[in-house]
Amino acid sequence: MINSQTRPVERKYVIRLAKASDIPQVIAIDAENTGLSKGEYWEDLFQHYNNRIPDDNDCGQLKSVKQHRFFLVASDGDTVLGFIIGEVRAWEFGSPPCGWVFAISVRNQFRQSGVGDTLFETLNERFRKVGVTKVRTMLARDHTLIMSFFRSHGMMAGPFIQLEKDL
Amino acid sequence: MKLQKATRCALFAIMELAAGPDRQLSANEIAEKYGISTNHLAKVLRSLGRVGLVEAVRGAGGGYRFSGNRRRTTLLDVIQLFETIDPIRHGEREDGDDTAEGKALCQVLMEIEDTARATFSSITLDTMIKLVDRNR
Repeated sequence: MINSQTRPVERKYVIRLAKASDIPQVIAIDAENTGLSKGEYWEDLFQHYNNRIPDDNDCGQLKSVKQHRFFLVASDGDTVLGFIIGEVRAWEFGSPPCGWVFAISVRNQFRQSGVGDTLFETLNERFRKVGVTKVRTMLARDHTLIMSFFRSHGMMAGPFIQLEKDL
Repeated sequence: MKLQKATRCALFAIMELAAGPDRQLSANEIAEKYGISTNHLAKVLRSLGRVGLVEAVRGAGGGYRFSGNRRRTTLLDVIQLFETIDPIRHGEREDGDDTAEGKALCQVLMEIEDTARATFSSITLDTMIKLVDRNR
């Protein structure tokens, strides 16, 4: 990995809440990156996070179901370049309210062009607006690429350790 | 956790050089800042040069400059040029390791090794330089 280089594809995009019509592309992006197509899983997440009638007071954009859940996409017109999902959770594992990032993914061709950075920063801004001052995530230990991404944003190991056992 | 002297020299040198990719520094300048031996550092710089992370610049005002990709080079890339941070995972065995107690101890130590590897392999030089800046 020492000297590898890739050429990012530049494209203009906006960050907005996901719409139902985005989900097939979200499923495709996830499948591109994981090799697994998990349609039902992403449909369920969309229902959980963003599915509601547009609010007149929200400048024509959909709001999240509750103000502490966010399913955001980076889009250029109808094309979804990437997405991020997060929510504020309180008192899990004894922790005061904090933002959790559950998923982030960007189409391979738009990697290293700042799409992931913008998605993450936008989600952090949403978290700040609802009053939390800490953001967390959990990753597979061998998923170096995504861990490097979060670390490039200043994330460090937190005070919790994940434990498990075979049943 | 403690890193070997050569590894620390390499990390100091690479961070110093990668922080200003257009500048050149002599081994003396780097050694003086970190209080390390110039001779030792020169050997380390040659090792870094062999894998293309630094290059020697000849002539007046010569020295070394960073020649890698700081957004792609991780701490692990540098560390493993000088030492192994997960010897048990790499098959190193010690007396008693074949007993049940030794196997249990190896299991615990491997958990620590795996965490160390994940940490070092996910922190790029670019991230490390940002961390340095936050600590100033």
